[in-house]
Amino acid sequence: MWKKHQNLEKNSIWLVIGILIVVSIGGLVEISPLFYLESTVEKVDGVRPYTPLEQAGRDIYVREGCYVCHSQMVRPLRDEVERYGHYSLAAESMYDHPFQWGSKRTGPDLARVGGKYSDSWHRDHLVDPRSVVPESNMPPYRFLADKDLDYRAIEARLKALRKVGVPYTDAQIQNAKLDLETQVDPYAGEKSGLKQRYGAKVAQRDFDGDPSRITELDALVAYLQVLGTMVDFRTYKAEDPENLR
Amino acid sequence: MDWASLNRPFGSMTQAVAPPEDAPFDAILLYTFTGLLAFGSILATAFTPDPAFRFHGYVMIAGFVSAFLLMTVGLGSGRFRSDPTRYNDGVVRAGVIATMFWAIAGLAAGVFVAAQLAWPNLLYFPEAGWLNFGRLRPLHTSAVIFAFGGNALIATSFYVVQRTCKTRLAGGAWPWFVFWGYQLFIVLAATGYLAGITQSREYAEPEWYVDLWLTIVWVAYLLVFLGTIWKRKERHIYVANWFYLAFIITIAMLHIVNNLAMPVGLLEAKSYSAFAGVQDALTQWWYGHNAVGFFLTAGFLAMMYYFVPKRAERPVYSYRLSIVHFWSLIFIYIWAGPHHLHFTALPQWTQTLGMTFSIMLWMPSWGGMINGLMTLSGAWDKVRTDPVIRMMVVAIAFYGMATFEGPLMSVRSVNALSHYTDWTIGHVHSGALGWNGFITFACIYCLVPWLWKKERLYSTALVEWHFWIATTGVLLYISSMWVSGIMEGLMWREYTPQGYLANAFVETVAAKHIPNIIRTLGGLMFLAGAVIMSYNLWRTIRMPSPAKAELETPIAAPAPALVAAE
Repeated sequence: MWKKHQNLEKNSIWLVIGILIVVSIGGLVEISPLFYLESTVEKVDGVRPYTPLEQAGRDIYVREGCYVCHSQMVRPLRDEVERYGHYSLAAESMYDHPFQWGSKRTGPDLARVGGKYSDSWHRDHLVDPRSVVPESNMPPYRFLADKDLDYRAIEARLKALRKVGVPYTDAQIQNAKLDLETQVDPYAGEKSGLKQRYGAKVAQRDFDGDPSRITELDALVAYLQVLGTMVDFRTYKAEDPENLR
Repeated sequence: MDWASLNRPFGSMTQAVAPPEDAPFDAILLYTFTGLLAFGSILATAFTPDPAFRFHGYVMIAGFVSAFLLMTVGLGSGRFRSDPTRYNDGVVRAGVIATMFWAIAGLAAGVFVAAQLAWPNLLYFPEAGWLNFGRLRPLHTSAVIFAFGGNALIATSFYVVQRTCKTRLAGGAWPWFVFWGYQLFIVLAATGYLAGITQSREYAEPEWYVDLWLTIVWVAYLLVFLGTIWKRKERHIYVANWFYLAFIITIAMLHIVNNLAMPVGLLEAKSYSAFAGVQDALTQWWYGHNAVGFFLTAGFLAMMYYFVPKRAERPVYSYRLSIVHFWSLIFIYIWAGPHHLHFTALPQWTQTLGMTFSIMLWMPSWGGMINGLMTLSGAWDKVRTDPVIRMMVVAIAFYGMATFEGPLMSVRSVNALSHYTDWTIGHVHSGALGWNGFITFACIYCLVPWLWKKERLYSTALVEWHFWIATTGVLLYISSMWVSGIMEGLMWREYTPQGYLANAFVETVAAKHIPNIIRTLGGLMFLAGAVIMSYNLWRTIRMPSPAKAELETPIAAPAPALVAAE
């Protein structure tokens, strides 16, 4: 056996091929089944693609590196379920490109932060975290309130997301700009097609307390307020056999 | 990209006196390639509608155009000739300097972000969002892993492959492309994080076009490395080169798969991952864990396999152990990614598989540790007399400790406590500071006198200072993180006798204030060690060389390999 190994030591191509085979196996066995095993992502009602405003907020969440300190993954452990809410389902992030599960909780989990605090709390907290939570060591994000949201490319962004598998309809993509502007306008009312396209639960209001313009804070708060709210856990049967994985 | 100007102070004398001839083909090819890139980057910058992409366009123009101009001057004065009878050490010297530069930059960024967590009122600036923790933390991790670690790996691999193959680096001017192309990747990544250009994939944050650039550089790196092996004068490929090869090949595979993404537009910085949710998570941690396994382990084991026997002047302890632990290490590591996703929405079978292989990984990891430590058999007295050997021993000991702690933390019930806490951060730093940092420092302490033709280092006493300050710093860092991690994990799950959660989340944040200060101090001490080392190296380089020493080393005659006779 030791003699045979000398062939690899004398022939770099066989060494390269050997390495390639050996390092490929683990990934093939572990990752590829996740793409075809149907039990990987449970079937649930309510999960929808993000509205253009929420997606723009998500892009800011990614840009600022929020995932560095905040997870979005409630584990099925007693204390976590009591602290944050129902444990996270795979289905809840099935349209998340990229996923934001995170790996560290320097701050609390955000998977179910939607609806827990008011918009104005989020505004105060983002502008100056220690004004509402004195012990916090989170950075301040005052500049989000001052900066107009750049949604020049929102249509192209939704299109790119559709290419990787998010089921945006043609109408959703064509109206991306309009939907974004409508969502921060509480007076646009029923005239807008936003709720037709994304469902009646969509929050339509001025998120940052400044109705005169659309800021990055509008988008980020809209995203935070939708986190974890799409699935109705009164109707979801976690103990059903098809939901146990 | 001013390779020519950097080559000048270190450039070989034989190169300088070579008669002017036609420039070699490899240099012409590189020149054309650089010219095309310069032209392309100007066009892209001119036409992009995206301010973020335009910002990076300017960085690329600065890089490619100055490289093109310097190459024009260099080609005109015939500076691209290579002497086939001597090693190409200029690029290794540049790599050593870059390694120390990025070490200081990356460690300083780490100290700063640690201090931000301890003193948020002092170190956050509401008007300067780019200095927030969320943008600086990827800067710190990328700077230490890819800038410091990557440069150390490229520089040492270029040194080792030449010495163990008894031949000059392949590719003529292309090793310099690998070096400068990699620096450009680092600058693009780092400026991108500050500007908020990120994919948010941990340790793979750079956007799609930076990923493409790294792919080009990496393929060139693989070809230079393999090309050198192909023209070797030794029959056997030395064990260090197996590890370097596994590192280069696997990182290429991981990098390409994990960064598959759909750009918003050809001239837009933003892209969206090809995968979503659970599949995206496992792909990312398959990558993330093996960035540890292949970048920070296999590559650095290669450094150990060359420099420890060299410095100790003993053969590698066991040839058979190196074969067994090489193949088992690279096979098992790839499976371990799911232990980053215990109790998440990842299917349980995948978690269990990941945990099983993580525990198995303990054995090949310790195989490497034993092979490294036992190489000192018969030379243990040097641990007392040679602080560089001591640094190697402590590095290998930290490697052993971190690779024991890792499997422990991958057990699901332990992970329930440790995950999301500072314990993970402590674990990572015992590996990164103790193992990667110290083995790199030790290798560079060996390399600098060899590369600059000095008889010794400027000061052994300063190495002692470096060793003790940095070791104390590492211990402060990891013990404070153990305390704060286990404490916060226990506080999160603590219940009152009435059955309510005992602590609000923010109480755990407040409780970590003192550990956060201690870890900042530990990091500062580690940084201080690196500063002392840089001073020592700078003085070493400035020492007079022996009278007849020529900077470029002639290629040695092929000799029996360094592997232990079995």
